[in-house]
Amino acid sequence: MSTDLLARPGAEAGERQFVTLTLAGQMCGVPVLAVRDVLGEQTIARIPLAPPEVAGSLNLRGRIVTAIDLRRRLRLPPAPPGTRRMSVVTEQGGELYALLVDQVAEVISLPGAAFEPTPPTLPAAWADYSRGIYRLEKTLLVVLDVERLLAVAQVA
Amino acid sequence: MDDLLVEFLTETNENLAELDVALVRLETVPDDADTLSRIFRLVHTIKGTCGFLGLPRLERVAHAGENVLSRMRDGALRPDPALIGLVLTALDRIKAIVAGLAASGTEPGGDDAALIAALDRAATGETTTAEAEPPDGPPAPTLTDTQAGPTVPMAPAPTPPVQDAAPPPAAPPRAEPTAAPAGPAAAAQTIRVGVDVLDDLMTLVSELVLTRNQLLQLARTQENGAFTVPLQRLSHITSDLQEGVMKTRMQPIGNAWNKLPRILRDLALELGKKIDLVLLGAETELDRQILELIKDPLTHMVRNSADHGLETPAERRAAGKPEAGRITLNAFHEGGHIVIEIADDGRGLPVGKIRAKVLAQGLATEAELAGMSETEIQRFIFRPGFSTAAAVTAVSGRGVGMDVVRTNVERIGGTIDLKSAAGTGTTFMVKIPLTLAIVSALVLEAGGERFAIPQISVAELVRAGAGSVAEETDGLIERINETPVLRLRDRLLPLVSLKELLQLEGGEATEEPPTIVVTQVGAAMLGLIVDRVFDTEEIVVKPVAPILRHVTMFSGNTILGDGSVIMILDPNGIARAIGVGAGTTGRAEPADAVVAGGAQRSGDRTTLLLFRAGGGAEDAPLAVPLALVARIEEIPRDRIETCGDTAATQYRGRLMPLLAAHPALDTAKPHQPALVFADGDRSMGLLVDEIIDVVDDRLEIELAAARPGVLGTAVIAGRASGVIDTGYWLTRAFGDWFRPAAAAAGPPRLLAVEDSEFFRALLVPTLAAAGYHVTATASAAEALRLRDAGATFTAIVSDIEMPDLDGFGFARAVRAGGAWAELPMIALSGRATPADAAAARAAGFTEHVAKFDRAALLGAVSRCLALPAAA
Repeated sequence: MSTDLLARPGAEAGERQFVTLTLAGQMCGVPVLAVRDVLGEQTIARIPLAPPEVAGSLNLRGRIVTAIDLRRRLRLPPAPPGTRRMSVVTEQGGELYALLVDQVAEVISLPGAAFEPTPPTLPAAWADYSRGIYRLEKTLLVVLDVERLLAVAQVA
Repeated sequence: MDDLLVEFLTETNENLAELDVALVRLETVPDDADTLSRIFRLVHTIKGTCGFLGLPRLERVAHAGENVLSRMRDGALRPDPALIGLVLTALDRIKAIVAGLAASGTEPGGDDAALIAALDRAATGETTTAEAEPPDGPPAPTLTDTQAGPTVPMAPAPTPPVQDAAPPPAAPPRAEPTAAPAGPAAAAQTIRVGVDVLDDLMTLVSELVLTRNQLLQLARTQENGAFTVPLQRLSHITSDLQEGVMKTRMQPIGNAWNKLPRILRDLALELGKKIDLVLLGAETELDRQILELIKDPLTHMVRNSADHGLETPAERRAAGKPEAGRITLNAFHEGGHIVIEIADDGRGLPVGKIRAKVLAQGLATEAELAGMSETEIQRFIFRPGFSTAAAVTAVSGRGVGMDVVRTNVERIGGTIDLKSAAGTGTTFMVKIPLTLAIVSALVLEAGGERFAIPQISVAELVRAGAGSVAEETDGLIERINETPVLRLRDRLLPLVSLKELLQLEGGEATEEPPTIVVTQVGAAMLGLIVDRVFDTEEIVVKPVAPILRHVTMFSGNTILGDGSVIMILDPNGIARAIGVGAGTTGRAEPADAVVAGGAQRSGDRTTLLLFRAGGGAEDAPLAVPLALVARIEEIPRDRIETCGDTAATQYRGRLMPLLAAHPALDTAKPHQPALVFADGDRSMGLLVDEIIDVVDDRLEIELAAARPGVLGTAVIAGRASGVIDTGYWLTRAFGDWFRPAAAAAGPPRLLAVEDSEFFRALLVPTLAAAGYHVTATASAAEALRLRDAGATFTAIVSDIEMPDLDGFGFARAVRAGGAWAELPMIALSGRATPADAAAARAAGFTEHVAKFDRAALLGAVSRCLALPAAA
């Protein structure tokens, strides 16, 4: 699992590459190796009775992808209506999941020295899904724990 | 590894599996020349091929084994168990070497001298066979192989010098594999194809089907396009191709059972038990993938049955059973699923022990256990870490038992349940989907969302009518206190709105009347109210993401021809969610719901119609099982005609007798609601004051009747309600309602065995009214005590689902001997599928009747009494 790249945060970690994305103004990152695809706005079919974090499912070249609304997952306010949301597709246990975010920006390389463990004061919703923080020049980047984000059923 | 070797390994593995089966058969039928020559041929093939491939060690073992077999075939040696044991040991060695080959590509080292010598001695006729060889395989197996493959026994020293200790015995075998004329290996033009190739093909075909669908959808909008004809051809070819590819994936379940005879034979020796294995329905085909996944759980369950289920011969003798225990595997298709039953006739699951262990492990409290049926307690064995074996044996009882089986079964979308009776055995029922990757499905819309429902579970579609004409009540959705029902051909069909069920808020109210999709769930019917129905479409079932597995109303999802993703409805899941049919299909219960706790006993739930007759709104309502009610009518008061002291109304062109459910009915209203009970073309109406509700609840009569026409009081939906005795009312309306076809000379004496007080109370008057003398007992054990006390009867009517000894066990007990062994027996069951009927007959019942079907019951009784053989 590519997220294991960060198994030992703060150690002598070298450069890591992340796909950066924004969620309600906060910059976040997902290890680039965990990302299968980046999608623009998609038609998402609702799934009745699904946990609220599950936005629905979408068709990615013949494969069914379950979309997880990260705003809901992180207990953020819903996106303003009319926002064209993007998603980051990731794979777990042979299943594809699309993480619905506000904006996907770019792929960046970050030095291990800039990595910090998650501050304990972060709100629970964030702390639970954060693997650590990178200090960037102007902002901070939260490394999302994809595995935990996808563990919807256990939480719901 | 070169291709030749790979092919050799595949073929040899197949041959070895076949050999196991054949040898065990040979042991039971030592004189079967066909089997013997087949075994010989198989071993010979192995030997021949390994000579060709340069595998000396394998060749020597096979050769020595072949010598023995050849002598057996020539009749020089008798295939007694010791000899067959020796040959099996040789086979095990061959297997070990083959496994080593598969892992490393070269023959593992090892010393076979002792085994070969033993084989040679056997071949020359010395009967002191097995001593030279410990029964469990190669000497001093030390694991030196570092590869991750199967552990390969290797001698500590490098390959010892091969003593060519195989002086060919007297008769050199007729080496040519002269195929016996009727050998099964003879015909079969087959080629071997890698499984991954087939899987790829399947995926491709699935995609092709989807693309075809997409094209068809496009073409529909353009009439008379130049593409119409070729598209049609493409469509047909695609269908054929799909079917063909599907076939390549189907395999008889017998393939998964191949190893069982051998496993059981070894187990029987190890445990000192005698075990008969009966395999039924081995030809039942299912998808290869599922077959692979179900193999291990099945093997585990069979081992369990042999180890825990069956008693030792001594115990069996003491219990009055035949010494040899019997394990039966039965596979059959049922409603788009495959059911595999693993039954033993052993001691049954020890409820007491399980209960103690449940308490000890804190899985449930004493109070919770007290509210559970025996089956519910027994189901605790599906809990993780639960093993009842007092002693951990080598065979099973390692604590990773039935929970692993359950997990594996559920992983492929199956369910597992059990029934067990002390002293008569345990049956596990595994229900697994056929999961043919492609199914035909109906696409429908509710609440603005589209769904697919497998065509196989759709019985019919009904357009809900506007219902303006009073006579034309069919197709009109009516409400009983907000609960929708539909009259469908003289039946009330419970309805559920898909929109409400799935909590959909979208979709504006459409002008057109809704459509009702009638689905068959087990024995029960259920109508789904949907907004619109589209076409049927071939869909590729894709499993839902694991995070959605808990939504049991969907069996999967799919991509439609237009590229949209939709959910596939699971009628079983829906029925479970709303409790319909749960009372009749105990088997279909999801195992996890069962394990989740004993709070509800859905197995006994009945759909009940609550109504009021006499007294005010605060008085106890009355109840009747909805299944007994044919229709509910509002009869205009001026249409009720009285003649003497009987009332009647003209109903559908006939005079229907009416009875008041209570002498003090409220007669002020212009219409009087009536419950109509029908039987053939006769019907009667029971006048009531008000229909209250339809509820699902356990029906347990707690207080006996206070007045005629009422069986007693039960707590239904939290209120004490009187349960009416339909038998009483029917008999009052028609004295001869239950008149048997032929009146017997003296009143025939019937024994009714039924654990539920309600049904007993229904059954006895029914039969008594038909002129029979009825004795009722509440349990099979009680009935058997009557037998032992010398009571005589003309026929027996027995329930199937009963605690302790169930109907099957009872039938077997009756048939096993004693004064009643020849009596006709009628099974009464909530489940009336052909499979149930077959099971009942297999247990010894003469007839099998659905519980609510009076006419069928009385018909069955009179048929049985007409039987000349009745003692």
